[in-house]
Amino acid sequence: MTDSELDHLATEMDVILNAVARVQEVATSEIKPTSHPVPISNVTRSDVVVPSLTPEQALSGAPAKEDGRFRVPQILGEE
Amino acid sequence: MITRAAHEMAAAMEAGEITSEKLTQDHFDRIAEVDADVHAFLYLDHEGAVAQARAVDKARANGEKVGPLAGVPLALKDVMVQKGIPTTAGSKILEGWRPPYDATVVTKLKNAGIVILGKTNMDEFAMGSSTENSAYGPTHNPWDLSRIPGGSGGGSSASLAAFEAPLAIGTDTGGSIRQPAAVTGTVGVKPTYGGVSRYGLIAFSSSLDQAGPCARTVLDAALLHEVMAGHDPKDATSINAPVPQVVHAAKNGNVKGVKIGYVKELNGEGYQAGVRSRFEESLDLLAKAGAEIVEVSCPNFEYALASYYLIAPSECSSNLARFDAMRYGMRVGDEDGVSAELVMNLTREVGFGREVKRRVILGTYALSSGYYDAYYGSAQKVRTLIIEDFTKAFAKVDVLVSPTTPTTAFKIGDKVDDPLAMYLNDIATIPVNMAGIGGMSLPCGLAPEDGLPVGFQIMAPAMQDQRLYSVGAALEAELLTKWGAPLLSQIPALGGAK
Repeated sequence: MTDSELDHLATEMDVILNAVARVQEVATSEIKPTSHPVPISNVTRSDVVVPSLTPEQALSGAPAKEDGRFRVPQILGEE
Repeated sequence: MITRAAHEMAAAMEAGEITSEKLTQDHFDRIAEVDADVHAFLYLDHEGAVAQARAVDKARANGEKVGPLAGVPLALKDVMVQKGIPTTAGSKILEGWRPPYDATVVTKLKNAGIVILGKTNMDEFAMGSSTENSAYGPTHNPWDLSRIPGGSGGGSSASLAAFEAPLAIGTDTGGSIRQPAAVTGTVGVKPTYGGVSRYGLIAFSSSLDQAGPCARTVLDAALLHEVMAGHDPKDATSINAPVPQVVHAAKNGNVKGVKIGYVKELNGEGYQAGVRSRFEESLDLLAKAGAEIVEVSCPNFEYALASYYLIAPSECSSNLARFDAMRYGMRVGDEDGVSAELVMNLTREVGFGREVKRRVILGTYALSSGYYDAYYGSAQKVRTLIIEDFTKAFAKVDVLVSPTTPTTAFKIGDKVDDPLAMYLNDIATIPVNMAGIGGMSLPCGLAPEDGLPVGFQIMAPAMQDQRLYSVGAALEAELLTKWGAPLLSQIPALGGAK
């Protein structure tokens, strides 16, 4: 982020955090948290090969590619 | 023809009065006429649309059985991927990206013979209530071009109100289908979570996101709902159960003996006078039609907004990590010796807009060690309380109702610098997403003080979406009798012609 974006966000974030902190007023320890609206467990499928994207299709949106692979900037340091 | 309902267009094609190709071209002509003012569309697929229209015309000419919406044009929200068609989700970071596959909903639309005209404008990654957060400029409300068309799906709702398309697809995470419908005088439905596949929907908040139909009538929304919905093995949260009989319900709207609860907490202070009066008139109409109207209290709804603005940013901070400049989308600063991490940072600085950055930072904070319990954890507990409020309410009534939004459409620019004021738009729509249930907004009149559309929201228990359509169709019929013509017949003419 740019410095001016940071300045702007820092003040906004205080205001927003104060507002959303209201959830603490009613969130007592005995209430169970909900992470998902529909109770679903262990969705599996049979282990069968199905058609998927070709390597060319998978690479079609790559910002850079080389030899059928994504070319990415340097990941490890020099030393 | 372009001002007619989608099912009337389909009937006209069946009767041989018009071809899909002509109907499609008429819509492109209308778009050419008005979209410079409205800016509902980000991309038009003239070639693909005409090819699909011709295929449907050929099938009809050969006497083949086609679906009830075959040949009808549709506007697709740009958050859903369509193979080979530029898909941006309203963000610079995806500018120019052409997805290599179709979303499940897109596959279903194509199989149903529906003609996809193009992609509609939206708040970046569906974060917003006005489309002002689109990286490609705002959409304008056809009722008053200086006002917002709602968001995030403002392009879809505006395209319907401007007669640029009779059907549209939206997605609703906190109200992004229903709030735009309310402020443009159109119909929008958020189905039960898991009712419509999320495969190919660019994720914002995975436990809340749900795609749904947008239309100008309740029956049209039901017909589109039935096309979109159903179990999909590609979406692990998709519900494996029959699709509710929504078309049957829309054709047989009836509230005789139906118990309707109006939510005490979703009315009153903060709600515009004209919104309240139109809402209350609609309650009277439903009572006259045989419904039993009772007041219901959902005391924890007042915490829904705060909880939502922790849960949705938390989930989006994780979902948006995929925009890493490595595999698709924008890449900035990729020069010799520049690290992947720096390239990622530079790309996100340029590629993401202000609201997206705001929410990613908020979500990251809410999930961080030391703050998790106080923020995200507490928000999840509030979610439990909201679900309990709904459970108790639905033990007493068949459906719940409220105004869809606290106000009519506001002016473009009015709230863009005040995120909290902007977030308040969704105060009545958010509880539905938190509980994963279904909700509908349909037009219930114009507010006397500003002449702008007011939305009436109906909420039904999970997997009981047909109740939305049954009650919605009944109210729509009562209102139509009262008005003598659809509300949209009162919209000011755009582009000089009708």
